[in-house]
Amino acid sequence: MSDSVELYPKAVLDHGRHPRNRRAIADCSHFARSDNPSCGDDVAVSLRIDRGNVIRDAAFDGRSCVLATASASLMTELLVGKTPAQAKMLFQRFHALAAGDTEKFKDGMDVESARMTVLSGVHAYPVRMRCATLAWKTMLAALENERSQQ
Amino acid sequence: MKAAAEEIERPSALKSIDGGGSVSVCHGPDRGGDHAGFYDVEAVRADFPILGETMHGYPLAYLDSAASAQKPFQVIEAEYAFYARDYANIHRGFYVLSQRATELYDQARRKVQAFLNARHEHEIVFTRGATDAINLVAASFGEAFLNEGDEVLLTGLEHHSNIVPWQLLREKKGIVLKAAPVNDAGEVPLDEFIRLLGPRTRLAAFAHVSNVLGTVLPIAEMIRAAHEAGAKVLIDAAQSVAHMKIDVQALDCDFLVFSGHKLYGPTGIGVLYGKEELLDAMPPYQGGGDMIASVSLERTTYAPLPAKFEAGTPPIAQAVGLGAAINYVTAVGLHRIGAHEAGLLAYATERLSAIKPLTIVGTAVQKASVLSFVMDGVHPHDIAQMLDSRGVAVRAGHHCAQPLMARLGLPATVRATFGLYNTTAEVDALTEALEEVEVMFLQ
Ligand SMILES: Cc1ncc(COP(=O)(O)O)c(C=O)c1O
Repeated sequence: MSDSVELYPKAVLDHGRHPRNRRAIADCSHFARSDNPSCGDDVAVSLRIDRGNVIRDAAFDGRSCVLATASASLMTELLVGKTPAQAKMLFQRFHALAAGDTEKFKDGMDVESARMTVLSGVHAYPVRMRCATLAWKTMLAALENERSQQ
Repeated sequence: MKAAAEEIERPSALKSIDGGGSVSVCHGPDRGGDHAGFYDVEAVRADFPILGETMHGYPLAYLDSAASAQKPFQVIEAEYAFYARDYANIHRGFYVLSQRATELYDQARRKVQAFLNARHEHEIVFTRGATDAINLVAASFGEAFLNEGDEVLLTGLEHHSNIVPWQLLREKKGIVLKAAPVNDAGEVPLDEFIRLLGPRTRLAAFAHVSNVLGTVLPIAEMIRAAHEAGAKVLIDAAQSVAHMKIDVQALDCDFLVFSGHKLYGPTGIGVLYGKEELLDAMPPYQGGGDMIASVSLERTTYAPLPAKFEAGTPPIAQAVGLGAAINYVTAVGLHRIGAHEAGLLAYATERLSAIKPLTIVGTAVQKASVLSFVMDGVHPHDIAQMLDSRGVAVRAGHHCAQPLMARLGLPATVRATFGLYNTTAEVDALTEALEEVEVMFLQ
């Protein structure tokens, strides 16, 4: 019997209530904003990628439900130190988790990305998939949207 | 097949009105309708098989009837009996079944006519739903009567289905759209509406009841004012038809639309009521079979009303089901349903007001069956999800009324709505689940 409480384990509630990296990055190199038209949520993701092509800082901002907020918060923590290619792989992994594809999620998983499992409850609620992946998709858009250097 | 028939034989609040036999057509004396005093909600609930379901181990508290209402077994059984015994295509056959199906389809139309107190049977056009009916009017009335610069007056609380068809028409014809403003309580002040009626206003189209806030609009006065300004009026009765008696002749509206599925009837069927002289003057909406008098490759003459607007094979069984739904609410009594729901709304308003971080959205003086709210610091989606885990089904989101949400400055609300089968115990379940939400997300 599924129960919504599974959707909100302590770690998710904690990220939802005290989101990490909920801010703007003044000197960000990459930025995107997107919304979830079904609920009016919107999220902005900013990244600072250095010359060596490594994400040095990641942050998000906007208005969203606990799931979307927790997912964004966790994402920003996981992104730091990754290359854009690794960030995209991280998204693939998260997407597999949210879609309930445990095998794909676990394939070659490291300790860091195992932290994502707190959001595994999402797969039982297909309508919440969009909430959980909103920040991630915005991050992908940000990777393609380099800000012109002033 | 037999098993399925027995499966839906359940105790019925309405058994007495059809003598306990077939319930596809209700004959016989009224069970009490609007005259009886005591409202036996448990007897009503026994007619709705789905209300016996449990969700996540909790009894289902279905508080989303404004999105779509559940079906009594009288409706389910009417469709079953129709398919099992009377089904064929209509208006075609020389054989008994087709004649029977045609008669039942026409009978459903007469039930709608009586339900709305329309003058003529052919003023009732079956559509796929309220949305389809509004699109029909926008396309056909728009084609016949609206030209560049003509104005259509809406209100700020309309459902997207009463906004987008007019915007599509604006792109085609260059009409001008206006919207009467909504005040902070969620009402459409009559004087503001009147102020926006002008010499170019050809049509005013607005909801009877707001699907987001439950506001009951003063439609009688609005219709009168629009007529004085020389405009025709379309009433979107999607959210009112299951809660209050509607008399299209007394209202004198020119068009009125609703959906069967919000009236405890099937999906895929809706109604357009239109005054005869207007429907007569309007061109067909769609072309096809059934809507013609004769066709040659050079020239086609159209069938008389209502067939002119019912191209193709219509939703026949759904019309029969809608007829059964109308029988059902009529037998329970719309005034009694309205009074029961008003009691629930008042009780729910009182209980939810006691939850500190919760704010009720929409405080119109005239309000029906809808309770929208937000909770400080908790997103509506998270609230609805938690309520589901306690068996409480509500809707969360913008409710297909984004302009209204923008006016209210809210991206989304949680919405609980009440129907003829809801109980104070379900309001208690809602309240207790919300108290849990408060503890879980805020403490
Ligand atoms: C006020 C109002 N108008 C129109 C509609 C559209 O009804 P349907 O989707 O059945 O066509 C709805 C349904 O939510 C509604 O609430």
